[in-house]
Amino acid sequence: MKIKGKVWVYPDNVDTDVIIPARYLNTSDPKELAKHCMEDIDESFAKQVKDGDIIVAGYNFGSGSSREHAPIAIKASGVACVIAKSFSRIFYRNAFNIGLPILESDVVDELKKGDEIEVDTQKGEIVILKNGKVFKSSVIPEFMQQLIESGGLFGYAKKLLNV
Amino acid sequence: MAGMTISQKILAKKSKKDFLKAGEIVLADVDLAFANDITAPIAIDFVKRLGVDVFDKNKVALIPDHFTPNKDINSANQCKIMRDFVKERNLPLYWETGEVGIEHALLPEQGYIKPGMLVVGADSHTCTHGALGAFATGMGSTDVGFAFATGKSWFRVPESIKFVYKGKRNKWVSGKDLILYTIGKIGVAGALYKSMEFTGDAIRDLPMEGRLTMCNMAVEAGAKNGIVEPDDITIEYLKEKGIGEDEYEILKSDDDAEYSDVIEIDVSNIEPQVAFPHLPSNTKGISEIKEDIKIDQAFIGSCTNGRISDLREAAKVLKGNKVAKYVRLIVIPATVEVYKQALKEGLFDIFLEAGAVISTPTCGPCLGGYMGILADGEVCISTSNRNFVGRMGSKKAYVYLSSPAVAAASAVAGKIIHPDEVVK
Repeated sequence: MKIKGKVWVYPDNVDTDVIIPARYLNTSDPKELAKHCMEDIDESFAKQVKDGDIIVAGYNFGSGSSREHAPIAIKASGVACVIAKSFSRIFYRNAFNIGLPILESDVVDELKKGDEIEVDTQKGEIVILKNGKVFKSSVIPEFMQQLIESGGLFGYAKKLLNV
Repeated sequence: MAGMTISQKILAKKSKKDFLKAGEIVLADVDLAFANDITAPIAIDFVKRLGVDVFDKNKVALIPDHFTPNKDINSANQCKIMRDFVKERNLPLYWETGEVGIEHALLPEQGYIKPGMLVVGADSHTCTHGALGAFATGMGSTDVGFAFATGKSWFRVPESIKFVYKGKRNKWVSGKDLILYTIGKIGVAGALYKSMEFTGDAIRDLPMEGRLTMCNMAVEAGAKNGIVEPDDITIEYLKEKGIGEDEYEILKSDDDAEYSDVIEIDVSNIEPQVAFPHLPSNTKGISEIKEDIKIDQAFIGSCTNGRISDLREAAKVLKGNKVAKYVRLIVIPATVEVYKQALKEGLFDIFLEAGAVISTPTCGPCLGGYMGILADGEVCISTSNRNFVGRMGSKKAYVYLSSPAVAAASAVAGKIIHPDEVVK
């Protein structure tokens, strides 16, 4: 998959409490959650984010609470992909399970808000369009490739249970 | 061939393998899968869309603890989704308001966690249950929905970091102080994707509730799980619940197991710890705090520190003292059993005389739900596990993390203070 979009830049340790504060967790409706996405770290995000934008961040993105509402809110905001230096493990699984593409790369160090990048998720390659610099990202582990081929965790469950 | 850690052994057993090394991915059989009122609706939807039954009625637990007693209409609707599902499928592991407690206090207390089990929960603090020598880890709702339906979950076998705690704990130093100190040392991603194995004489000397507190916060260092090898304390804890040694298997790490790191900590050098805003790793020993940090609220409760020993520690400090003017002290026993026991022991009299308010069991204020939300600019000392921006209410509020003894002393003094300053 190739994704081209403008970036939103965030620091290390963006936790799921700032991605979607617990005061909004009395629902799991993606549209409702998207209205408050990133509210406690960046009030402008939910108002200004456009379909196809990309979030880039530092280490340990998605730390803290296991709330799946965090990647759901990001995906429902129209964000096409999240690229961070590293992810907390629960967020990593959750994003993957709901079909939000995520990649590990240090590209954030070279980016400012609004810069444009092009991401090739298969090749694990990120190009910064303003200067042509190319960054490598992690590739998706084989087991998880299989999950994708089964149609995600839901498809995999259907296969396992033969339903 | 090197040996295996206790975590690797449990995963090997549950995936029917003789040997596993770190980095391998396995599909394993889970012994217990659970979710709460925030995470369950998505997991339930997963099962319903598949059109199947849960894999084993006695291994699926639904625990409405976060926003109960129902805090608003939407929360009530989320609880109703759980309740309807439980009724429709006749699932036994459900606790109604009046019986329910915070999941990570309730499950061990009620004897649902045993050594060697593989436990997954749709809540990040599921790692708490490693204190009993189980492999327990938090996941999202979809993962737990998958476990509800199939009885399985996939795992990347984690590397382990061995923490060796030596020496004797100082007065007022609890499991909370040991784990805050440890997170301060390694950072909030210091154990990312890894297992934290807590060992050493000082752990052997730590009561079960202190171990539960330590394993509870393993996730605050990014860990997949925290774990303590079962010992006499574990066996005794289970015996008190009527669970005999023939009902579980004790697994231990091999002497030649591989660790990605071994970290030795002399606990005799550790004093009560306080984590400053806005990360659990911003820790200081209490004597290092030179400035006056005035507080507006103190909170004693949560899955980290809402157990009976926590309330006893707080009562020791509060006995005969009054909460400072304009300070709110909120005490929330983690379960109904803890509530009853505290009442029976007269702890509530001490709390009420001091000017505290006591709530029914709930996660409530820990995650900024209700029952003690912070205003702009307010400062809270909390016995919970996270002090992130906005965690307990306003994003302009400040949360400090500590043990129950430090939180209680601070409520009396109106500022963050050593318990010795209050208990002369």
